[in-house]
Amino acid sequence: MEFLSYLISGISLGSVYAIIALGYTMVYGIAKMLNFAHGDIIMVGGYISFCAISYLGLPSWVSVLLAMVVCTVLGVVIEALAYRPLRSAPSLAVLITAIGVSYFLQNSALLIWKAAPKVYPPVVSGSLKLMGDQLSIPYVSLLTIVACLVIMAGLTVFTSKSKMGKAMRACSEDKGAAQLMGINVNATISVTFAIGSALAAIAGVLLCSSYGTLMPTTGSMPGIKAFTAAVFGGIGSIPGAFLGGLLLGVIESLSKAYISTQLANTIVFAVLIVVLLVKPAGLLGKYVPEKV
Amino acid sequence: MKKMKKSTRTAFLTYLSVILMFAVMYALDSAGMLTRSLSGQLVPICCYMSMAVSLNLTVGILGELSLGHAGFMSVGAFSGVIASMYMKDIIPSVPLRLALTMIVGAALAAVAGVIVGAPVLRLRGDYLAIVTLAFGEIIKDLVNCLLVGYDSKGLHIAMNLTGNMSINDLGLEAGGVAIIKGAQGATSTLTIASFTTGFILVMVTLFVVFNLVNSRAGRAIMALRDNAIAAESVGINITKYKMMAFVTSAALAGAAGALYGVNFSSLQATKFNFNTSILILVFVVLGGLGNLWGSMVAAAALTILPEALRQFSDYRMLVYAIVLILVMLATNNPTLKNMLGRLKPSKKQEKEAAGNV
Repeated sequence: MEFLSYLISGISLGSVYAIIALGYTMVYGIAKMLNFAHGDIIMVGGYISFCAISYLGLPSWVSVLLAMVVCTVLGVVIEALAYRPLRSAPSLAVLITAIGVSYFLQNSALLIWKAAPKVYPPVVSGSLKLMGDQLSIPYVSLLTIVACLVIMAGLTVFTSKSKMGKAMRACSEDKGAAQLMGINVNATISVTFAIGSALAAIAGVLLCSSYGTLMPTTGSMPGIKAFTAAVFGGIGSIPGAFLGGLLLGVIESLSKAYISTQLANTIVFAVLIVVLLVKPAGLLGKYVPEKV
Repeated sequence: MKKMKKSTRTAFLTYLSVILMFAVMYALDSAGMLTRSLSGQLVPICCYMSMAVSLNLTVGILGELSLGHAGFMSVGAFSGVIASMYMKDIIPSVPLRLALTMIVGAALAAVAGVIVGAPVLRLRGDYLAIVTLAFGEIIKDLVNCLLVGYDSKGLHIAMNLTGNMSINDLGLEAGGVAIIKGAQGATSTLTIASFTTGFILVMVTLFVVFNLVNSRAGRAIMALRDNAIAAESVGINITKYKMMAFVTSAALAGAAGALYGVNFSSLQATKFNFNTSILILVFVVLGGLGNLWGSMVAAAALTILPEALRQFSDYRMLVYAIVLILVMLATNNPTLKNMLGRLKPSKKQEKEAAGNV
């Protein structure tokens, strides 16, 4: 019974990672950049929804929508101001800029909301009792898992069926050729950032609901973990990000429960290294041998 | 007089400027003309300079992105602290102890470099980056669990894996000394670092890197950065040269870490987290990939900048972030690059003649 409850909390944590990792992977797939500011957009989403609930007294679902809108705008603005001018620059320059953006967001949050942790009211409270109260599953976990499945399914349909989704796949394969076919590459990249940031906002709300606290640095560790998850599953692949996120969450939760709380992160990262050694492109990534 | 080779000239000019800078700073410091905060920053600045130069070897010269350089610094720092505390009574001479401390730090960091490098250097680009990141986090967590102390019987080492051990579980004799106390890190370390040692560290780092780069091995390393397949086809052993650059870089970072470790009386593993790795990467990228001189200037400037921005108090990190973004945007702006290129036509031609270095 204990095992089952750890497993479920792991799946729920993994679902949050998966939602963040989906944003990471989409942006990486299309812009070929590691967007280190992604984790901080999660934090901004958390704060926006916190303010909407606590200061404006809005219902929680409105706060989620508000957070999504703000983060979407933020993501698109960041892309246009900081990343677009560097489209042809070396990837390291873009990486450092992304880190600059991440510092900027964290320190802005520090100035606006101060360093003291805020107590985040969960969007859903209570828990589901099963098998005569032996197994108790918080509703937040269920909501997280369902949200992740819905987002995953939605994104898969979007990228494979819709016109914009096809444009995204085309851009990620070959930007030049896509442009020749009449695809507006800049607009497509903006849309990708918008979707990624909206997902980050959802992840922020879910993450804060299960942890209960919110700080300017809340987003950085989950951001790194989600990045790991994206690489784990094969970066650039949507099912890969989902699988990577879930596995990471389960491994983390189970090692916290059964091996060592101190070393949970170590175990997660060690598993990542081992997987990459066996499958250098991640679990579901395509290994593309270099042509000479 | 015979004209010196360009690479030799650059090396000599760099050594000379470092010596000059050291002399000036040393004189100012002795005359008490530096502010307290700046004077306290001298050794860390030397460490960061050395870190930046060593990371430049991996990122700029080998061309592999490493996001875990602080991990090697951490290995060097904590092994250095252990070594220096352990040798406290055996070797009374401080300079000798410092040298041994740094050698121990460098050696252990080199071992860590081999352990990490051997399996992961076959990964490419962003995958290598994530593995080095993971390595940095693993080191941080492991050091966080480390309990070390010594008494007359020698060193006692334990890993606090369950989270409920304390320094008392080491079973030290009365009079034994605790060196590293898990999450509290190294406490009451004897601070034996001095600015002169920092200067020597920077000089040694520069010497090693310049000599490696200008040697046959260095040319092989740069060849496989520019085109691994072409390099392999002319008979360059990719793994060997990648390892050579990576392990040298790790060892130099370890030496810098060891000096950093004995500069503070208390030091926690969380000091060497992802942000520190990123900070050093920022030095390297801002200073220019493959440009050792630039790395050092960037390291010094960006360590002093947050201090200099102190008058903005709460806004200083915000200003730092904005400066970082603006510098990256400005240096990669094609219009600006063209303008600069026109201002210095001779240099541009020289660059074109030298090819894409």
